[in-house]
Amino acid sequence: MQQAKTTILSLPTGEFVHPGTRACTGCGLSIAYRVGLKALGPDTMLIVPPSCLTVLQGLFPVASTKLPCLNVTFASTAAAATGILATLKAQGNTHTTVAAWAGDGGTSDIGLQALSGAAERGDNFIYFCYDNEGYMNTGVQRSGTTPIGAITANTPFKGKLQQKKDVPAIMAAHHLSYVAACSAAYPLDLYDKILKCRDLPGTKYFHIHIPCPPGWGYDPRYGIKIGRLAVETGYYDLYEVVNGEFRLTAASEKLVEKRKLVPVREYFRSQSRFKVLTEEQIADIQKQIDDKWEGYYKKSD
Amino acid sequence: MHIIEDGNAAAALGVRLCRPQVIAAYPITPQTPVTEKLSEYVEEGSLSAQYIPVESEHSALAVCIAASSAGARVFTATSANGLLYMHEQVQWAAGARLPIVMCVVNRAVGAPWNIWNDQQDSISQRDTGWIQMYCADHQQILDTVIKAYWLAEKVSIPIMVCYDGYILSHTFMPFDLPEAGKVDAFLPPFQPDYALNPREPANLNTVTLPDVRVDVHGELAHGYMEIRYLLQEDLRLALAAAAEMERRFAGVFGRTADPYLEPYRCDDADFVAVGLGSLTYQLRVSVDALRAEGIRVGVMGVRFYRPFPDEAIANALKGKKSVIVFEKALSYGYEGALASDLKSALYEYLGGTGSLPTVQNFIAGIGGREIHTQELTDTLRAATQARVSKEPVWIGLKL
Amino acid sequence: MGTRHYRRKTSHSEHGPGDGGRTGSWRVERPVFDRNLCIPCKRNKEACFICWLFCPEIVISRTIPPTVDLEYCKGCGICAEECPTKAITMVDEAKFAEEDKE
Repeated sequence: MQQAKTTILSLPTGEFVHPGTRACTGCGLSIAYRVGLKALGPDTMLIVPPSCLTVLQGLFPVASTKLPCLNVTFASTAAAATGILATLKAQGNTHTTVAAWAGDGGTSDIGLQALSGAAERGDNFIYFCYDNEGYMNTGVQRSGTTPIGAITANTPFKGKLQQKKDVPAIMAAHHLSYVAACSAAYPLDLYDKILKCRDLPGTKYFHIHIPCPPGWGYDPRYGIKIGRLAVETGYYDLYEVVNGEFRLTAASEKLVEKRKLVPVREYFRSQSRFKVLTEEQIADIQKQIDDKWEGYYKKSD
Repeated sequence: MHIIEDGNAAAALGVRLCRPQVIAAYPITPQTPVTEKLSEYVEEGSLSAQYIPVESEHSALAVCIAASSAGARVFTATSANGLLYMHEQVQWAAGARLPIVMCVVNRAVGAPWNIWNDQQDSISQRDTGWIQMYCADHQQILDTVIKAYWLAEKVSIPIMVCYDGYILSHTFMPFDLPEAGKVDAFLPPFQPDYALNPREPANLNTVTLPDVRVDVHGELAHGYMEIRYLLQEDLRLALAAAAEMERRFAGVFGRTADPYLEPYRCDDADFVAVGLGSLTYQLRVSVDALRAEGIRVGVMGVRFYRPFPDEAIANALKGKKSVIVFEKALSYGYEGALASDLKSALYEYLGGTGSLPTVQNFIAGIGGREIHTQELTDTLRAATQARVSKEPVWIGLKL
Repeated sequence: MGTRHYRRKTSHSEHGPGDGGRTGSWRVERPVFDRNLCIPCKRNKEACFICWLFCPEIVISRTIPPTVDLEYCKGCGICAEECPTKAITMVDEAKFAEEDKE
């Protein structure tokens, strides 16, 4: 059964985040978090490790978020979700949603062990990795999900030399009921996916591509455009894996019909972090993207 | 009902009587049998709890921290490197003021790898803001677990119940298993001041500033320094709460004990051996032997190590000629931590009185090296004759 | 500080607006709406609201006309960039300096 797609006009107007946060001007996370919490709703308990979100959520004694939240140590996000769930079970509470929101460093690097453990145990919660592709809160250092070629504070001249870690694929290999790749530039796709997965069993994993003005090097006003460009170039794909079934969604699904990708050069040239990528490297990445999409086209034929 | 079981079973039986709602643990020798037993109780239905087989000790305490924050009574246990791997979470649990009870089955820490008993693991966590209680036999293990839940929940501070690996954990001794009704009478269900929930949302353990700040009600809220000060203040107040704990326990179970110390033949002693855990019971044999030789010596077990019962210890050692501290751990680069703590208490309460005992420090049983009672007796005898050394002396070292 | 009024012994935060202070002071440019171009204004019915959807700071109202909470608007300009009819212009705050004094 296909659920009706949410539109801007049908999106609930209630907010769970107060204005006046400490997030940077034009923060992509603010958009994804705001819409994500709308989908999760008021009967939700949150877990947050150190990250940009810790700052966004406010400094004691003021919280920017209207939902209950447990701040936990960097490596323990998913295990803390397990702990909250265990208490809810002990209390006979089957209605409250448990949701963890961690950054890409907190997920792909230091938090991966706990996340894998919770996923293997099949603990029933939603894990959100908001991927701004670096340790932005500590001043833009490389993480496991920083893409190849990106300049960061500790890949200062050559850019990162290694590939981005494919965390959604790692999580899909845990045979989860639901894995999704989303983007802050497509908030309604994120919203609908959260509604869709809520009643599925076990651990649900969301990966959200998050444009970051200071970390990526662009004028804050272009954040959504750049997030969209990542998808329209076929560089970052919106998809879901439901009980092992992979499916492109939203704009990525439409790209299969269009069969026309925007050249990835446009994405790279929109941000200063990629300034050291050579034309040869870009051509190489373009070929990888084209090959990946050939696969998608063939599958749809 | 008297039963004969090993020390880990005594701990597990004690835990079951306390009705924890969430148990998380990761296996490490010699702790494993405690958590295996608890998983049996949960699977057979004799304990109604969520048993979480986590993927690391760091996560074991993470589960306990989160579960406790949401209002559950929780339990975990570990040893040695498992405790060290938890270290960040150990600090966190204290700062978050969660009444977690954790058994530490004492074992040596690496490197090199060593699975045998000493107390370097729990002693290395001395300054984390947890209460530490040490056990010398199986009855104490079971009773201390029950007492620990009462005290932890009374003062909102987590507690380590420490007992020696193998020497206590894997040996069989008779002990009294109390009726569930008595434990229920002693230990009411956990009623936290606040439990994380969507009806009363709060953001817990947020970044806290160096200075005070106004809250959403327009009132001044504390800064990080006040939160940390209150932990220290409540730890010191926990000493009085521990005395209340013993009184209440005695009222329900009929077993009385000093909350902090366990003296043996100390009243008329000139010399007192001091230690933590099972070693102090072995020292009783040495004390009896030396008493037969006419040497006025006693032994005092320290049951409550953090917060340190400084005044009680100083009073108990007043008028003694020498205090001889035996330890299975070391503050590397100086001396045994207990010896340092004792010196500090004696200086504070007896300094300038003219009755300040000398303090000697002996290190024994590191990494499970067998401690022969004869060696203890000889060491203790020598220490009563003259101060052996300013530096800590390692017993049984084969250099 | 002689007396303590601390509610709890932990870092226990309660929610409210403006944790980051009046973040409107961060703003360099201010979004200004042209009601002749704004879709919901022109049609006088609920429509579009793309500016509301993408506002990271939740300072644009989902109303006709949409309004901006200048106390907290950081002036990122995403609303101006995403507006399909270019109804929002980012205007230098210096131009409002005199106006705001009044």
